[in-house]
Amino acid sequence: MYNQTEIIKDTTELGPEGELVINIGPQHPATHGVLHLVVTLNGETIKKIEPHLGYIHRSIEKMCESLTYRQFIYVTSRMDYLSSHINNTACALLIEKGLQIEVPERAKVVRTILNELTRIASHELWIGAMAMDLGAFTPFFYAFREREMITDIMEDTCGARLTMNYIVPGGLMYDIHPDFQTKVKAFVKQFKEKVTEYEDLVTGNIIFQSRTKGVGVLTAQDAISYGCTGPVARASGVSCDMRKIAPYDAYDRVEFDEVIETTGDSFARYIVRVKEMNQSIRIIEQLIDNIPEGEFVGKTKNVLKLAKGEFYQRVETARGELGIYIVSEGATTPYRIKFRSPGFSNLSVLNHIAKGSKIGDLMATMGTLDLVIPDIDR
Amino acid sequence: MLSLENITKTTQDWLLTKFSPTMALTIECVIVILLSITLFALLGLVLVLLERKVAARIQIRLGPNRVGPGGIFQTAADTLKLIMKEGLTPDKADKFLFNLAPFVVMMVAMLLLAPIAFAKNFQIWDINIGVLYISSISSLSVIGILMAGWASNNKYSLLGAMRSGAQIVSYELSAGFAVLTIVVLTGSLQISDIIASQENGWWLFKGHIPVIIAFVLYIIAVTAETNRAPFDLAEAESELTAGFHTEYSGMKFALFFLAEYINIFIVCAIGATLFLGGWMPLHIGHWESFNHIMDYIPSSLWFMGKTFFLIFVIMWFRWTFPRLRVDHLLNLEWKYLLPISLFNLLLVTVIAIMGWHF
Amino acid sequence: MFLKDYISDVVNGVSSLLKGMRKTGYYFTHSKEIITEQYPDNRATLKLADRFKGEVVMPHDENNEHTCTGCTACELACPNGTIKIITKFDITPEGKKKKAIDAFIYRLEMCTLCNLCITACPSDAIKMLPNFEHSVFDRSKLTKILNKPGSKIKEGIE
Repeated sequence: MYNQTEIIKDTTELGPEGELVINIGPQHPATHGVLHLVVTLNGETIKKIEPHLGYIHRSIEKMCESLTYRQFIYVTSRMDYLSSHINNTACALLIEKGLQIEVPERAKVVRTILNELTRIASHELWIGAMAMDLGAFTPFFYAFREREMITDIMEDTCGARLTMNYIVPGGLMYDIHPDFQTKVKAFVKQFKEKVTEYEDLVTGNIIFQSRTKGVGVLTAQDAISYGCTGPVARASGVSCDMRKIAPYDAYDRVEFDEVIETTGDSFARYIVRVKEMNQSIRIIEQLIDNIPEGEFVGKTKNVLKLAKGEFYQRVETARGELGIYIVSEGATTPYRIKFRSPGFSNLSVLNHIAKGSKIGDLMATMGTLDLVIPDIDR
Repeated sequence: MLSLENITKTTQDWLLTKFSPTMALTIECVIVILLSITLFALLGLVLVLLERKVAARIQIRLGPNRVGPGGIFQTAADTLKLIMKEGLTPDKADKFLFNLAPFVVMMVAMLLLAPIAFAKNFQIWDINIGVLYISSISSLSVIGILMAGWASNNKYSLLGAMRSGAQIVSYELSAGFAVLTIVVLTGSLQISDIIASQENGWWLFKGHIPVIIAFVLYIIAVTAETNRAPFDLAEAESELTAGFHTEYSGMKFALFFLAEYINIFIVCAIGATLFLGGWMPLHIGHWESFNHIMDYIPSSLWFMGKTFFLIFVIMWFRWTFPRLRVDHLLNLEWKYLLPISLFNLLLVTVIAIMGWHF
Repeated sequence: MFLKDYISDVVNGVSSLLKGMRKTGYYFTHSKEIITEQYPDNRATLKLADRFKGEVVMPHDENNEHTCTGCTACELACPNGTIKIITKFDITPEGKKKKAIDAFIYRLEMCTLCNLCITACPSDAIKMLPNFEHSVFDRSKLTKILNKPGSKIKEGIE
């Protein structure tokens, strides 16, 4: 532990000869939000990275304690806003598990499709932003063109483009739009055509490969000990896909591969995400023609009260494992709620893997960790 | 009218009949200064708009389309805004150097304009060491950038300036070697001689594969020299926010911005002069009638067409590629471009000695 | 062999770059691929999804009647206190007292458009409108009273 004088001494003391401390963020083009990195440099080489958090802390966990089990779902959209659907699903699943609500098959399938669409949208945005971090601006627009189709589908069915709030405990808020299936099929078709563009522009590009291969290498050991999940851990060879380990919704009845790379560098993380998009397309293709008829929401009581006890639910968001832990005292609101967000653990590994590399590598590493700052801070 | 051929001659003759030779020279100088400043302003406006339009088309957007028809006055409006903005000087900056740096960069760009032949017989200064002059002056721009980076008292600026220093110093070499190949083939450093030697065909077509390689090397090297993406490490915005001009605002920033585009124009103009025959129309061997038709197109249009084509290629690079890392950049120069250009120069020398070129 | 590797490195690198340039070159030359929507100009043809959650409104019929009973279910369902219902007591022609709304106050600036009030409403008195142009010069204009002046509850709604 630091005592106070040490902290004061740390900040005022000038670094040793040749050290340069720069503040990357909170306003910086590469941090995609208000992440603040205090980077100690030796020339261009990074000696230490210290992330400073708290710029977008909205105390979502505390807010949720004063909201009922129906109300608190919408707040979770604001954590990892790129996979808001998946966050909402996690909350709904937890409540359904706690109250043993029967979810209709139709709702399960639709939820799965929407979750996978969200995952693709998130990865699309990430590809664009990642390429932008590395200085290529054009893939951003191509990626957003495809993402736009997904947001249009979301707008049609859920009524919003980013923070949908479409999932309610027991199923869906309302039924899917009549055009849903045709639009999703059109998207799948377009996506399959256009995904080769990323190969041409980004994946195969020699500059991109030299920027990412062997950069920010994370070993499987470190991935586990830092608690990394999602594509970051899977790129290091750690199998951690919640959809495989603890299937929820309709994931137990679809065929898909868990994408695992073993090199653990930035390029592997990139490849994992690109392949994951293809797997998501595979899941959507299996389900889109087989949406069962029937109710879209199960029977629930008007006022939801979780029994006294502890509840935990984990799902696979676009960034990794999201865990929701609720302590209930039997009231209509949770007594204590805790989110285990994937971004926080993935950020904590940054100093470890980016130390000793160049500033340019820091951007590549940070880009492939796919950090969403509101998810880290909550 | 567009050929601009005899304008210089007539003007000079007319001036000499009216004034004493010294007076005539002074007036000519004033005219040249005014013309080049006008050219700079125009080029800045046109090239920035062109860049934005090219970027927009590549990125499936429309680009500026609000100010004026098709957005053609957008850059003029932007310039107006920049002029009216406050030119901030940071508190602990080295004020003299900080304010001097944009002008140094700008002056270097202006000096480079002198030996460029814009059309037939339309050249400011046909110096007999034209190519050498260009090579030596263009390396001065790094001083302005280093000055800006150091004087800003900003760590990002300093890093950007240092990167830029390493980059420009190393890429000078391969740009120089690429230029040398043409000098070897022509046997002259004078710009007008180099253009005249391409009367029966441009060097790009006459000089076999080595000249094509030299051309590609030249384009890569000058892209790096002008700090353009994918070599824009000096201002890499996702890494160093804006690099060496982070602290600049208003007109001082505009000068840096303008100098970047003027530099592109100049290196492309030189590339067009050396490899694509400058203002020389496209002539193919003994196809007399074809050559005759080509001669009808004014020489100034030929020159501008070639230059803008090269500018477009450089813009195309920018909007396609990711940025290199600083050590890859130096690797590329010292491990790839320099050995290749040395070997290439050897080949060209052999070709020139044996007279194998057309 | 070293030289062979060197040359294949250069060739592969250059060809990968050319591939990317071909792609961007394709988009440069094909203007039909442009996807820009010129928003304020295309307002006439702009079509929003019919479910788009823009703002909460209370539909009134031609007799200036709504179906809100003032049960405050929406007020309770709202996660962040966007809705405030002030009730009054109307005297019906039979001389009975009947609960009715005096003002349905809706604060758009606080609303997260989560749709929970709409699903909570037992008499479908409120709905979402696909309108997204909410900008005003005065913040107080975002606080709206949804029931029109002089409106009353439709017959037969309890």
